[in-house]
Amino acid sequence: MAVKKVNVTINGIEVQVPEDYTVLLAAREAGIDIPTLCYLKDINEVAACRLCVCEAEVNGRPMRNLPTACVLKVEDGMVVRTDTERVRKAVKMNLELLLANHNRECLSCDRNQTCELQKLCHEMGVESTRFEGEMRSLCYDDLSPSIVRDSSKCVLCGRCVSACDKLQNIAVLEFVNRGVNTKVAPGFGYSIRDTDCIYCGQCINMCPVAAIKEKTHIPQVWAAIQDPKKHVVVQTAPAVRAALGEEFGVKMGKAVTGKMVSALKRLGFDKVFDTNFSADLTIMEEGYDFINRVKNNGTLPMITSCSPGWIRYCEEFYPEFIPNLSTCKSPQQMFGAVAKSYYAKKAGIKPKDIVCVSIMPCTAKKAECARPEMQVDGHRDVDYVLTTRELARMIREARIIFDKLPESDPDPILGEGSGAGVIFGATGGVMEAALRTVADVLTGKDLKDIDYKAIRGIENFKQASVKLPIGGKNVEVKVGVVSSIRAAEQVLNQIEEGKLDLHFLEVMACPGGCVHGGGQPHVSAKDRIDQEVRSERAKVLYSEDKRLPHRKSHENEEIKALYEEYFKEPNSPISHKYLHTKYAEHFIYMPDVTDRV
Amino acid sequence: MANECNVKNESCIKPDDPRFKELKAYIDSVRDQQGISIMVLQEAQRLFGYVPLEVQKWISLELWDYSVGELYGITTFYSQFNLTKQGKHKISVCLGTACYVKGAQAIVEALEQYLNIEVGGISEDEMFSLEATRCLGCCSLAPVMMIDDDVYAKLYDTKQIPEILSKYYLESELEDEMESEVGA
Repeated sequence: MAVKKVNVTINGIEVQVPEDYTVLLAAREAGIDIPTLCYLKDINEVAACRLCVCEAEVNGRPMRNLPTACVLKVEDGMVVRTDTERVRKAVKMNLELLLANHNRECLSCDRNQTCELQKLCHEMGVESTRFEGEMRSLCYDDLSPSIVRDSSKCVLCGRCVSACDKLQNIAVLEFVNRGVNTKVAPGFGYSIRDTDCIYCGQCINMCPVAAIKEKTHIPQVWAAIQDPKKHVVVQTAPAVRAALGEEFGVKMGKAVTGKMVSALKRLGFDKVFDTNFSADLTIMEEGYDFINRVKNNGTLPMITSCSPGWIRYCEEFYPEFIPNLSTCKSPQQMFGAVAKSYYAKKAGIKPKDIVCVSIMPCTAKKAECARPEMQVDGHRDVDYVLTTRELARMIREARIIFDKLPESDPDPILGEGSGAGVIFGATGGVMEAALRTVADVLTGKDLKDIDYKAIRGIENFKQASVKLPIGGKNVEVKVGVVSSIRAAEQVLNQIEEGKLDLHFLEVMACPGGCVHGGGQPHVSAKDRIDQEVRSERAKVLYSEDKRLPHRKSHENEEIKALYEEYFKEPNSPISHKYLHTKYAEHFIYMPDVTDRV
Repeated sequence: MANECNVKNESCIKPDDPRFKELKAYIDSVRDQQGISIMVLQEAQRLFGYVPLEVQKWISLELWDYSVGELYGITTFYSQFNLTKQGKHKISVCLGTACYVKGAQAIVEALEQYLNIEVGGISEDEMFSLEATRCLGCCSLAPVMMIDDDVYAKLYDTKQIPEILSKYYLESELEDEMESEVGA
């Protein structure tokens, strides 16, 4: 049934909008922008910041005070004004009040020029504040390997609180205390390190200011590049190329693979490789792990292990599913292990002299690379992880004009990736990549119909089934793809209750998969109203997939060479040593933790 | 209920504490209702006297939809919840305007000195916890304090305080004796 439409007049402009619209959305239809700070469409609509106030009349009667446009539903014949002196004064006053309690070190701030508060103040002509408020007690928590919280910048908009609760249903961060002492924090003064936080970084993506940010590794990476004794190799995750351009004014939805590789070479990395390569390697290992489980009655459904946020969540809340997790390391860690063994040998460089840097769309990858077991023979698989945002910062710092960069290709040996590898960055990509290889291996054919469209798209849960010959029988292999922890939790519960029967499940912690990871370029709340970030970026990966000569992991020439020369075959003893790992239940809010913040 | 925990402000509630069973029974009786977090926290506080980390962790696993962070947010928003252990008797000294000008601050100081605690703390023998409150609504009796539900009025002379408190010690001793007699 079509939604009923109503007529609204905003600043003298008449618009017809669906009756479930808010004044804020109706104003956009009329070409009018209403300032907002706490508003995040569908996620945080709480009228907390009071910047979207307006004057409104219903049936010729003015509404009391100034209602907030973000939650005010339109009514037929409603007359709204956002351009009066009264409204402008109120907005400015509210901005000044926000500034009164804000750490205004804009010049050195992480979010300088991407800060939504700064932008609003600039647009509204608020240059300083008349008020010097009592400051909240401050908290700077940088104990975790991934996420830093700085309460001096917090504006209490609640966007991180909503992101953690509504997208992930974890709710680490919450409003604590009341009145002037209100702050956003985990429980009992614990550092985020010791809580149920999975480091997905969705809170960072949603924060309008710099109250939450990633823990940076930029200085360490510069130092490694400068050190002549170190051979610094870099890998870039598939999702990075789908979003890096946004940092340099490229429209969302455009691949910048070639320019990204050139930029990395200019930054001084000795070798620029590609995580697509190790994504293909993951498929080889995971695909065979899966086939073995089905053939030998192993634990099913097998669940993917590429997303470190998901792994941490599983270890915290669903340890009973640990036997279901693929023992494969994630592509990032596999890459590091291969770089410091196979590559080191081929290039004649001692593993200890190699520094492995990865560029990831992810903040949880920083914690993953720090996991104690992620090393082989005393060499850490990956030394430093930078987010897409941090890479952009380094490129700017090096004064590289991104736009004018030539296109180049990654270096050989660990640089080739198939189309299957590149789609890892979108939800459903790992499953599609795995099916491409598993189906070929089991049927012994080179299948041409390899676009598994049923598991593409941004829905949080997708299912499909494929008939495959396993152990002499035709088995209907049922697969599932889930993204966001909130959705994953529901799927796991259904599996536990026996309501859902699957052979293979892909889980990505972030909604939409890695393209929407916590390390990706910031997209303002305003831009999120008009575009679907997850599908725009995913499109880039699927078009890259089409472009590549090889679209199946097992056809990747460099992967073939790696197995011939080094690992022999998937799941061999040597591949287990380098490419597989183990998991253990993880405990949170432990009472013996003494360094609280 | 006797509690052998000696560490101040640190909980020693063990996972096998029988009170968790009672709390579980309560949760099961309200589980179908919406927005039960506050009710469950209140019941937990009734059982344990306070809602420390161990109890909130237990509740968050039991209710599943509520994280420790969310429960902590609730318990720090509403002043009715205690995160630290409370004494057997709760002393509330009124610091409303009338009591304050009549010298309530001296009562607080006297209690702090006598019990060797600070406002918000609990005495070493766990008999008393001390709180400063807003107006108790009996300004004509200022300055006042309450111990549990008893009001003590016109406390101009802080020397009365040891005498008042001794009553509670005496009661407690009597109770212990009765208990041991019943036991024998």
